[in-house]
Amino acid sequence: MISTRKDIAAAIAANRFGLGARPGELSAVERDPQDWLVRQIKGAPPVLTGQGLKPSSETLAKAIELRRQGAEEKRSKKNASDDEVQVATALKLPAIYRPVYVDEVHARFAHSITTERPFLERLTQFWTNHFAVSIDKIAVLGLAGAMEREAIRPHVTGHFTDLLMAVEKHPAMILYLDNQASIGPNSRAAKFVGRRGNGRKADINENLAREILELHTLGVNGGYTQADVTTFAQAISGWSIGGQDNSRRLARLGVDNGTPGEFLFREVFHEPGARRLLGKSYADDGVKQGESILRDLAMRRETARHVCTKLARHFISDDPPATVVDRMTRAWLDSKANLPAVYRALIESSEAWERPLAKFKTPADYIYSSYRALGIPLREPRRSLQAFEALGQRNLMPGSPAGWPDTSADWDGSSGLLKRIAWADVVAQRMGDSRNARDLAPQLLGATLGEDTAKAIGRAESGSQALTLLLASPEFMRR
Amino acid sequence: MASRLAFANAPTDSRFVFVLLRGALDGLSAVPPVGDPDYASLRGQIALAKAGEGAALPLEGPFGLHPALTFMHKSYAAKELAVLHAIATPYRERSHFDAQNVLESGDLKPHGSTSGWINRALTALPANKTREAGVALGANVPLAMRGPAEVASWSPTKTASLDESTLARITDLYAHDPLLSQRLADALESDAIASEAQAAAESEAGDAAMTMAAKPNAVASDASERRNFNARYVETARAAAGFLKRDDGPRVAMFDTTGWDTHANEGGAQGQLSLRLRGLDAALAALKESLGPTWRHTVVLVATEFGRTAAINGTRGTDHGTGAAAFLLGGAVSGGRVLADWPGLARNNLYESRDLRPTMDLRAVMKGVLQDHLGVPTSALNSGVFPESANVRALDGLIRS
Repeated sequence: MISTRKDIAAAIAANRFGLGARPGELSAVERDPQDWLVRQIKGAPPVLTGQGLKPSSETLAKAIELRRQGAEEKRSKKNASDDEVQVATALKLPAIYRPVYVDEVHARFAHSITTERPFLERLTQFWTNHFAVSIDKIAVLGLAGAMEREAIRPHVTGHFTDLLMAVEKHPAMILYLDNQASIGPNSRAAKFVGRRGNGRKADINENLAREILELHTLGVNGGYTQADVTTFAQAISGWSIGGQDNSRRLARLGVDNGTPGEFLFREVFHEPGARRLLGKSYADDGVKQGESILRDLAMRRETARHVCTKLARHFISDDPPATVVDRMTRAWLDSKANLPAVYRALIESSEAWERPLAKFKTPADYIYSSYRALGIPLREPRRSLQAFEALGQRNLMPGSPAGWPDTSADWDGSSGLLKRIAWADVVAQRMGDSRNARDLAPQLLGATLGEDTAKAIGRAESGSQALTLLLASPEFMRR
Repeated sequence: MASRLAFANAPTDSRFVFVLLRGALDGLSAVPPVGDPDYASLRGQIALAKAGEGAALPLEGPFGLHPALTFMHKSYAAKELAVLHAIATPYRERSHFDAQNVLESGDLKPHGSTSGWINRALTALPANKTREAGVALGANVPLAMRGPAEVASWSPTKTASLDESTLARITDLYAHDPLLSQRLADALESDAIASEAQAAAESEAGDAAMTMAAKPNAVASDASERRNFNARYVETARAAAGFLKRDDGPRVAMFDTTGWDTHANEGGAQGQLSLRLRGLDAALAALKESLGPTWRHTVVLVATEFGRTAAINGTRGTDHGTGAAAFLLGGAVSGGRVLADWPGLARNNLYESRDLRPTMDLRAVMKGVLQDHLGVPTSALNSGVFPESANVRALDGLIRS
């Protein structure tokens, strides 16, 4: 049981575990801060709503159709090169994908600044970052937001196994890490690919398999080898997307091309054979082979420890206490990766309630908490999202499958700090005298509000300057 | 304003820039060994030709340079570029993130250190040079530059609306917070330097625009060049030059670029990688141009975390590999050479039968530069800067005497 003073615990619950207190929230949280968190991870997660949200399969089907038209065009214009058609298609794709992306991240932003279950939202975005796809790869620009809604949100309060399975089969992940193009050299399709005479030969692409082992499950020191990566890549070869391959050769084989935009196990791409991975044998049984491996990976101690360490680092401190990680790992293994059990082990650890303000906020945290703090109204989507770009954390664009980094040193650069202050000042000027920083400060920071900050706010020369000081204060920069 | 970033009377003229290519540059495409008998067959449709349209630009021995790297090729001819090949850090696995960690920390293993080799080198400079500091071009400081020596980060910020009174109050508010007060002081200092540099650049650009006005075609091609997504690296390079060319400015700068992880459709003379290389080439050209006379004292190291597979994969790209290519560029470089103990691409010469075998330690190059260019003592290089590296000898003769 935690022994932290209730008023400090309330500030920790709302700011460290949540997305930042809203005015009036702390007094409600203070009654039982731990219970306030536990209640948020009970029951089905909310379904995100908003203008323009549609299934990823619908968006992807449009992209696939675009490519099919491109291929047709190429056939009609005999002398058009591969590159020309590819470029023409590539130019049209963002026109389909960009508005979808804007609608997705705007809906997510709107939800983050109003949700009554901010802890659950933090967890959701933690998982999205754990299973990162980055929209600087155009192929996922229109799909990344939908991946969070379709593969992550439904499983945040479920089992890690289901979450893992849903993510690795999601078209966004498959495309991001090139698995749709992984073709076993001994698969049935290999013979056709080799015959095209364009120098291309069928082979495994190990990108997805490697990142599943290194980033999503075991962790880089999880005891696997290059040979394991290759074996696993063979096992998931054929994990693909429906409608993608429109080659007539495969059609003649009578191959099922699936539903456009949805997961499809392309048996003809799959490298046949039984295989052994990390001491276990897996029969030659098609898609089930990869699924069994994923299920086993989810239950391994290395996976539990790797993911629990990341969770503890995300919520508690850059170097989380080993005792907490141990407890979470045990909860993971005992509960068969039931995520709420793991979350409870985190929030029931007394260490999680010590040292308030131990984490430096990421830019996204900073923006969410500012919006919640001042009740800043959302503007039209493109403008609202500029803040993330200005502060250096563009939505769903961490730039690599490792996701955004998660320690102070990654975010506390001098230029980054000045950008926050400059942004806070613009926001404060926009809000003008409509918010009273002196009243707000104790409501937002509670018992963590320091004397220096309270004094500086009190002495400010204008209402908007007081708001700037509140948002720029050391207490508000951290959580 | 008082700031530890005051670089007054920095005693060395030498400048060092580290450009980190995150994502693993394909060294076999950037510096294709077109004369290696196994190259063309391994590379299939992304292989660069020895001659003809889109051919590699010739270097010594079996090596060529990717045709997008025209500025670098001119620098090679001017003996200002040394090309390093089949080079690697001590890291031998294939994780980008761990490999970058090793490359940046200078350590033997990933996650062994929370500071970087450049920063530790700065602290190891002889006593009269300790006021030198570095600048990282970006919102935050990358690991290679983190550590005890004072390093600022800089990227463009719109601070126009912030008035002096508000800034002064925030400075006061941070008085009891060592981290934030330091960061804010550094930021304001860097901002001042950068706006001066920008004003200077704008007046130069103004002159250039007037000259261009007489040549409408030149203006048009310049405009289309600006649309290129690589333009931002050119801006970054110019900003770095703005800091470095000041007599009282930092002596070391770093910036990083991304997008090198070419698993699919990498392309040959044209295509994805070629676009990136063109951007890198343009950024380096801009750095030289903006540094003006300071270029003479400058060494730029361009490096990546590891190379890529020798053979192309099933998606016309390449996967994570081992031996890589790197570049030393600058007026202070003893260039016009390819430094490589070429292992060859025959299958039994490949590392683990798949990657270019590394035959040179990147730390030997880093040490050579730090020692002969910045004057970091050997004792510091062997322990503090690169832990447990006494067995890795600094490469001699990299710097023009």
